Amino acid sequence: MKTIWNYLRPKVPAMCVGFTIKFSGTIVELLLPWMLSVILDQFVVQRDLHSIVIWGSLMILCSAVALTTNVVANRMAARVSRDFIREVRQDLFTKTTEISCAQTDQFTIPSLVSRMSSDTYNLHMMVDRMQRLGVRAPILLVGGIAITLSMEPVLTLVLIAILPILGFIVVYISRKGVVLYSKTQTSLDHMIRRAQESITGIRVIQALSKTEYEKNEFNKANVDVANNDYRASMLMSITNPTMNFLLNIGLTLVIVIGAYRVNNGQTNPGTIVAFLSYFTIILNALMMVTRMFVMYSKGIASGRRIAQVLDTPEEMTQRDLPCDDAPVHIRFDNVSFSYAKVNENLKDISFSLKQGETLGIIGATGSGKTTLIQLLLRFYDADQGSIYIGNQNIQSISDAKLHTMFGVVFQNDFLYSDTIFENIDFGRNLSPDQIKQAAKVAQADFIDERQEGFSGEIAAKGADISGGQKQRLLIARALAANPQIMILDDSSSALDYKTDAALRFALKSSFAEATKIIIAQRISSIHSADHILVLDDGAMIGYGTHDELMEQCSEYRDIAAFQMEEVG
Amino acid sequence: MAKNNGIPTPKGKSYEKPTATSSSILKRLWKYLMRHRMLIAFAVLLSIAANLLALIGPKLSGYALDAINPGAGKVDFPTILYYASLMIVFYFLSSILNYFLRALMIRISRNVVTNMRQDVYDHMMSLPVSFFDRIGTGQLLSVLSYDIDTINSSLSNDLVQILASLITVIGSFLMMMTISPPLVLIFVFTIPISIIITKSRSVKARKLYRDRSANLGELNSFSEEMMGGLKTIKAYHTQDVFCERFDQANVDACQANYAADAFSAATGPIINFINNLSLALISIFGAILYMNGSVSLGDVSSFVLYSRKFSGPINEFSNIISELQSALAAAERVFRLLDEPSEPADDASAIQFPKEKVIGQVDIKDVSFGYIENQTVLSGFNLSVKSGQTVAIVGPTGTGKTTLINLLMRFYDINEGQILIDGQDIRTYIRGDLRKAFAMVLQDTWLFSGTIYDNIAYGNENVTRDQVIAVAKAAKINRFIQSLPQGYETLLDDCGTNISKGQKQLLTIARAMLLDAPMLILDEATSNVDTQTERSIQAAMLRLMQGRTCFVIAHRLSTIRDADLIAVMQNGRIVESGTHSELMKSEGVYFELYKAQFDRVDQLAYA
Repeated sequence: MKTIWNYLRPKVPAMCVGFTIKFSGTIVELLLPWMLSVILDQFVVQRDLHSIVIWGSLMILCSAVALTTNVVANRMAARVSRDFIREVRQDLFTKTTEISCAQTDQFTIPSLVSRMSSDTYNLHMMVDRMQRLGVRAPILLVGGIAITLSMEPVLTLVLIAILPILGFIVVYISRKGVVLYSKTQTSLDHMIRRAQESITGIRVIQALSKTEYEKNEFNKANVDVANNDYRASMLMSITNPTMNFLLNIGLTLVIVIGAYRVNNGQTNPGTIVAFLSYFTIILNALMMVTRMFVMYSKGIASGRRIAQVLDTPEEMTQRDLPCDDAPVHIRFDNVSFSYAKVNENLKDISFSLKQGETLGIIGATGSGKTTLIQLLLRFYDADQGSIYIGNQNIQSISDAKLHTMFGVVFQNDFLYSDTIFENIDFGRNLSPDQIKQAAKVAQADFIDERQEGFSGEIAAKGADISGGQKQRLLIARALAANPQIMILDDSSSALDYKTDAALRFALKSSFAEATKIIIAQRISSIHSADHILVLDDGAMIGYGTHDELMEQCSEYRDIAAFQMEEVG
Repeated sequence: MAKNNGIPTPKGKSYEKPTATSSSILKRLWKYLMRHRMLIAFAVLLSIAANLLALIGPKLSGYALDAINPGAGKVDFPTILYYASLMIVFYFLSSILNYFLRALMIRISRNVVTNMRQDVYDHMMSLPVSFFDRIGTGQLLSVLSYDIDTINSSLSNDLVQILASLITVIGSFLMMMTISPPLVLIFVFTIPISIIITKSRSVKARKLYRDRSANLGELNSFSEEMMGGLKTIKAYHTQDVFCERFDQANVDACQANYAADAFSAATGPIINFINNLSLALISIFGAILYMNGSVSLGDVSSFVLYSRKFSGPINEFSNIISELQSALAAAERVFRLLDEPSEPADDASAIQFPKEKVIGQVDIKDVSFGYIENQTVLSGFNLSVKSGQTVAIVGPTGTGKTTLINLLMRFYDINEGQILIDGQDIRTYIRGDLRKAFAMVLQDTWLFSGTIYDNIAYGNENVTRDQVIAVAKAAKINRFIQSLPQGYETLLDDCGTNISKGQKQLLTIARAMLLDAPMLILDEATSNVDTQTERSIQAAMLRLMQGRTCFVIAHRLSTIRDADLIAVMQNGRIVESGTHSELMKSEGVYFELYKAQFDRVDQLAYA
């Protein structure tokens, strides 16, 4: 929670001003029952109607002051919590874009999404309500006690005796509540994931008439959330009646003890009337406190989940590592890597590429082609070996520098709901000329045929354009910034041959300087690459030019034979 | 940033126009509550009992005070002790009842919310595919989690409060009447003022809360979308830009939230003010009445306590009203989703179409279709496929090949023309039967987080383990599965990110094989599978296609050369059709396409 507290700390001055305003307003409000007792005990006895009216008007004035201060303070509180949650949410989002891929895998995407939405919401509610009620309630409480102390110290002791018991109960329950609410959030994560999957798979579900099955599965997740929430709420609901009861016992004691004191002439009946009125104020204040504690428990549970993300240590730090002196652009030196650290996904990969050369990577599904790319981009750090770009170990290059070297297209890459222009530009502030040029090379002529051209919007994930159109937009994105390294991970599979051929020709002529890494399934796509890497189960089983591999690598020869015959 | 099929919706208002009045929303919420009417009736009873008991408290303390009032030396202790012990008993009973009441209300709200969430989900499952193409996933998830959550907390907290408040208010009022009707007259002024203010403010509050819900939905939608592109954002190092965009959405959401909060922040103090006003008036008039001798000191004290009790809930009430506004805004979104028209139910006259009876003769006649009005994707489309034939559909990207699949399976209904299967318009069949007549393997594979076994057996409840293993073998994925530590019981997490795209596709191919449907749709079914694997599953694919009517969409022309019919599409029409050799002979579009591919391989021209 220290992390979250750090966000609140700068707001302390503003909160203090709000508190002070609220404080004065509440104190003024607290004067009301005292004024009542003055009226009853003094003026009524003196039959002084004039004073009664004056003091009554004073009460009205005090009420007006309380109104103004409360409104002002509440608004200030809302402002503070707005700014607070804005910063937390912003940093949370920023952090999720910064943590390493391995860390993202650990959190899982749906959980990150729900931390960003429902947890920040809970936290916001907590901070907001805490400020509003959190000041008023304790002030009413403390102020009420202070005034009653001055009025009748002995009777007040009765009250004070009850408070520790109350405090203990509230703290105990809310501590347990935090645990239960955390559980609720976890099951909520699961439910959201379930729903998200069904939404993305709606075609398959409807085609197979599996809606009933999906409903049942969702029902399980749903009931789970409900039960966890139920347990937490049930626990929290003990607080209110318990407090109510304890306080009312106090009230009864006040009357009994008060009776003795009146009898001994130590106090006036009017004082006891006012005292009871304060007692109700205190009681109401404590009711607010209980409501607050529910919010507190929820908020803390959510705050922890947020802090978990925010506190994730930076994994991909920049390190000073020795340079390499080979006169090449990209070099893999005995690189091995494993995602789960159980089976190696890549074993002992070594190769080097000169500026402008092309590397083709071919291999069966799951042989580690994409993993290799992810290491080059430093999404993950290699377990063994080193990777160099321009003689620098990639671990010693800053993220900003490293990642602006590349133009990448991943498998099923990311398109989002915005204009086509923005999707190609991808936040890099490229010139319209660059965008148009890239679109042209990427054979994305379809853009011009659309009604709104580049300024036309596409749906999330490019759901409203075809697979081939998606790939061409993505390629245009990769080309647009004229990168020194180009990575295409199986990114023309949805293109028809004619388009594909045109694309390759354009690539060759317009991007001769860029070093290219092409992952492909068809030999024809990589045949004329300067080097071809054949992967099998994470290991290099062949490396060389097409002709060399045809001679030396039987697996490569097999693939080639099959594919040639396929066409011929 | 949900999309309306290309028509951008105004920011922050998407999916969010005020249509329902609060009374109609409440009426629908009420229906949910009424499913548990016994529990609710019980809760009302409990609530009345608990609060009445609590109400007697001040009256008792008033009696006790009157016994104190005579002053020093004259206090009537037996009476005081008598009333004091009564007070403890009453308060104890009241607390116990209150706890049960709360437990009951939590149970009720849990049931209501579980029902509602299930209803929303169930309804979503019945919605046409076009709905999901239109509305962002984040928006829907936001309804399922955040909106329903809001309703939940409102039901479990606020309803108890409202109920309790109502009873306390009425009870205190009656009690005050018994003490001093003239003093009650004060409330004749103050209560209407409270009501008018609360009411007039709540109208505006709801609009603000609605904006808040919409903006939060927007923000959640944005972050949900961006989470899907984390790697790409990293790869291009554009975190800053996307964080900035997030910030814009964030600021909007925070601002909308602030507007609602700041507005409702005044409601409580205003009502409080009116209450304090009442107190001041009671003090003045109470004092005057006391001087007249028409009320006792105990009466004034009880009256003040009751007036506190009376106004306390009214004060709470206004807080609750503002929370209720956010619940109403949330409920509105929930109900709007529930009001989205489902896929129209099958006609009573809809024909059963069990897959055993399907012959597989498909005739598409003069079909025109567009996702948006005036933008046809297919026009004057004609195609006739005999039972057991394989039709390949080729053509440049974006010519409507995938649309054809959407129409065949009735994910969308055609605008003009007819699609006939076995001589009957497909709109006359039971939709579920029609869809089950097809097995499909799509370019975008879909797996859910469950075991591999469940993923393969999906859509086919009555299969044996052997059958599942057999198809996995045929799809050349068995060995991979066996190599996993948990084999077929391996859990695929998060949309199957722990296996590669090609492996996913093989799993969906295995799934399709297991379905044994009379017709087959292969939309770039092997686009993610490498050649070696593709070759090894070719036999299995051919066996799968054997005797079935197949629609194949593929770019690799070589893979469709053997098709019985090749339809070449361009701009939403079929421009050529025939067998491979016929089309090659006619030297048309297909010939060009084929030559382009052949040339390329011939030259092996690569950068």
